[in-house]
Order: sequence, then structure tokens, then C-alpha cells
Amino acid sequence: MGAAPASRDVTSYGMGLAAPLALFFLVFFVAPLLQLFWLSLHNDTAGLHWGLGQYLHFLTDPFSLGVLGSTLLLGAEVTAVCLVLGFPIAWLYQRVGPKLQTIIILIVLLPLLTSVVVRTFAWIVILGRQGIINATLQSLGLIDTPLKLLYTQFGVVIALAQVQMPLMTLPLITALGRIDPNLDDASCSLGAGSWRTFFRIVLPLSLPGVIAGCTLTYAAAITAFITQSLIGGGQMLFMPMYLYQQASTLQNWPFAAAISIIFLVAVLAVVSVFTTLGRMSRGYGGA
Amino acid sequence: MSGRKRTLEAISFELVMTVIAVIALLIIIAPSLVVLIVSFTSGFSLRFPPPGYSLRWYVELWNAWQLHFAAKNSLIVALWATGLSVALGVAAALAISRSQTLSARLLDSLFMSPLVLPALAFGLAALMLFSLVGLPVSPLTLVIGHTVVCVPYVVRNTVAALAQLEPTLLESSAVLGASRLYTFRRIVLPLIRPGIIAGAFIAFMSSFDNVPVSLFLRDAATDMLPIRMWQDLEGKLDVTIAALSGVLIIATVALVALMERVTGLSRRLTN
Repeated sequence: MGAAPASRDVTSYGMGLAAPLALFFLVFFVAPLLQLFWLSLHNDTAGLHWGLGQYLHFLTDPFSLGVLGSTLLLGAEVTAVCLVLGFPIAWLYQRVGPKLQTIIILIVLLPLLTSVVVRTFAWIVILGRQGIINATLQSLGLIDTPLKLLYTQFGVVIALAQVQMPLMTLPLITALGRIDPNLDDASCSLGAGSWRTFFRIVLPLSLPGVIAGCTLTYAAAITAFITQSLIGGGQMLFMPMYLYQQASTLQNWPFAAAISIIFLVAVLAVVSVFTTLGRMSRGYGGA
Repeated sequence: MSGRKRTLEAISFELVMTVIAVIALLIIIAPSLVVLIVSFTSGFSLRFPPPGYSLRWYVELWNAWQLHFAAKNSLIVALWATGLSVALGVAAALAISRSQTLSARLLDSLFMSPLVLPALAFGLAALMLFSLVGLPVSPLTLVIGHTVVCVPYVVRNTVAALAQLEPTLLESSAVLGASRLYTFRRIVLPLIRPGIIAGAFIAFMSSFDNVPVSLFLRDAATDMLPIRMWQDLEGKLDVTIAALSGVLIIATVALVALMERVTGLSRRLTN
């Protein structure tokens, strides 16, 4: 008697426990972002004149638009590389024994937990003019003059892909683990080859994981300030550095605020596109 | 099994996937290994392979007081931010984990949003707020900023641990006459502790390594280690930084191994 309401009572906790964090977020996360938005709606540095001047400036300036475009493109390239390299890792993970599984996970985790400056620094050592790649190619006599790898788009994409790989691989491993292995066998015994089974069965069923991984990787890649600035060098400017320069070096806070808001909106737009795709893919997977 | 034939096609598929996976795993670990090896060089430059091996740059590191100062600051801020994240995050996770209400789902997205929003934009926003209310940049502002970006890890891992908790355990405890608080202390907390520890560990590592938020919320008195390293690297390629990186890599590997034993970190992050 009365067991049902009582049991609901003991297994859940009141929403009041979330109040301290909710309050903390309102004061130190939501309020600052609202203030950032408010400041971005001012035309002058002192914040006295209202207007959309900062946004108009950004959206009519080919330089600013170029920075936004190259940042979004960078995210797409890094995400693609992470997917192509990360999927086979997740696939291999499902095929090996428990010991190797732990080793694979720990290898994948390592970059997530190593300092980002250290990881980036390593790529400078590898890609530099006298770095490993150039030194090896030269000693093999394949090239005469060192290749320019550092401060190039290629260098930034490779370094970022390594840095963000766990964000792609972990959701993929989870998603692949949820697929019934019998489906794979069924497909093969019905005459589909391995490649066909992979593209028609495994890949579609793992779409929720693919989308989760892509969302995290994309958001992390376009906001990766340190790797972008150290591997990209002075020649390549992406949104985070643009924002930082305007705020810190030029003290142009309203314009920096507008850049931040545009950047935020861009990230949110990409994330919501991925989330919508994710919802559709779950429906597809369940069908 | 299906008696699948090992056709050429099946072999080609498995070969391609395995080769890509192995290359990807090599790409993931190679940078750490390279830095580790280079840090033991006896020379003055970051050549690979090094001309000879010595511990000279680790000795040099011992005397680099600026790096010590920055490391101490980073450590203190990371410990405070982790503590605050655990206190606020675990309570919030308890509230939202078993609730299907709209408010619980909204709070969940709110608490997770620092993971996808650009941290640099948040850093700038926080600096504006603090300067508006007249709170000068200090270790306190750093701790607050770091807590916002670290709390999602604690919430996510605690929610995951709570989701695996059998509700019947709580019911039996209640039926046997235990109070809510007693049940929490003796049943819930011990069972979700590995999840909380894993979340706290990731929160600590990400605070210790944070650049985008620290960049705006620190001054010369609160120099932070990753920023110091970043600025050193922009100027010159210093072998001392390689030695410091070596220390950080070894410490990370040791901590990850410890966490794997204590919390089963690898399983926690794939479930």
C-alpha cells in the first residue's frame, strides 16, 4: 500500500539540489553572455551609442567574413579526417580482446588528457623545417629543400585531428558496441560482401555515434585557440585569435563582443544541424 | 556462426580497416613519444633523433622559477575549481539524473553547454562582467571561470554513474528503515564514487590545462602554466619546454593508469 509513490520518493532527489549550480550558472555564465550580447549592440568603444554597427562592420568586411569562412572550413576538414581515422579505431576496438580494448582506449584517451600546449608543441617538433618529417625525407634523398608543413592548413588540420581524435572515437566505440553482431552475420550470409555490409548496415546503424562525434569534434576544432595559433602561425587567422586580438591587443570590446556572438551563433547553428540529423538518424536506426 | 567464406573481398576490407586503425593509433601516440625522446637531448635544439642523451634540460627545469610559479598557480586554481565543480555538480546531477521533466532536461542542456560554446567568448564575457561589478582579476575570478567550464565533466560522469544504479537498492534500503541521508551515505555515494572521481579527474586536468578562460581572467600575479608555455613557444623553441612537456606527459600517463585502476576510466568513458 502506497508503495508506488513511496518508491518514487526514495529513488529520486528533489530539483532543489540543482539550485546552487543553476544559480551559479545564471550569475557567472548566462549573465556574462547576456552582457556580451548587450555590449555587441553598441557602435562605440565606450558603449554609449546603440546600434548594429559592429555586426554590419563584420558582415560587410571581406576580411572578417574570410576569417569566419576559413574557420568553418577548418572544422569540416578536421571532422572529416577524424571520422576517416577514428571509425577504423572504433571498428578494431570491437574486434579485439578485452586486454587490447583497454590499451586502445587508453591510447585514444591520452591526447584528451595531455596538456594541449604539449600536444601542439610536439607537432611543431614533427612538422618544423628541421622536424622529423623533413629530416627523414632529406636523409632518404627524396627532397632537397625542406617542405613547408608548419604554418600551413595541412599542418593545422593534422595537429587538430590528433588533438580531437578522442572526441570522435569514444562516441563511435559506444555506438558500435550497441549494434547487434548478428546483423553483420545475417547480412553476410544473405550474400552481401564485407564492404557492402559495412556501408549498408554498420555505418547507418552507427549514425547516432557518428553525429555525436562530429558535433564534439567540430565544436572543439573551430574553438581550438592554442593549436590554431601555434601551428597556423601568423599567416593563418581563425575566429578565436581574431576575437582575442580585437579584445586584448586592440581593446575594441564591442567589436570583440560582436565577433564572439557571431562565433557563438555559428557554433550553435552547426551543433543544431548535427542534433537534428542525429534525431533523424535515430529514427532511421530504429526502423 | 554464419560460415562466412574468407573471400578476397572480406580480407581486403579487414586489411584496409586494420591498417587505417593502426596508422591512426600511431598518429595519436607519436607526438607524445617524440617530445619525450627529444626532451632527453644533450643538444641545444629540438632535433630528432637527438645527437645524444642527457638529463640537462630536466636539471634546467629545476631552476626555472617562472615555470614553478606558474605551475603552482595552475595547481591551486585547478584544485579549487575541481572542488567547487564536485560540490555543485554532484548535487545537480542527483537532481536531474532521474527526472524526465522539462526543467530537468533544460538544466541538463544548460550545464552541458560550456562543452560546445567557444570558451574564449565565455572568457571575454566573464572579464566584462567582473570589470562591470568591480571585481578585479584574481585567483578567485579564475576559479569561478574554470568551474563553469569544468562542471560539465562532473555532471556528465555523475549522471552516467547514477543511471547504472539499481533503484531497487534504494527501495530496499528505505523499506529496511534507513533515512534518505543514511541511504545516500551508505548506498548511493559508495556506488557512484568511481563516476564522481572520474569526472573530478577530467575536470582537474581540463582546468590545469585551460588557456582560453585563463587568458582573460588572469594578470601577471596569476601567471598560469599553459599560458606561460604557450607564450614561451611563440617566441622561441625552448628545450626546457620539452623537458616540462616530458614531465607533464609522464605525470598524465601515471594519473591515467591510476584512474584506470581506481575508477575503470576506460569503461566509464565508453558507456
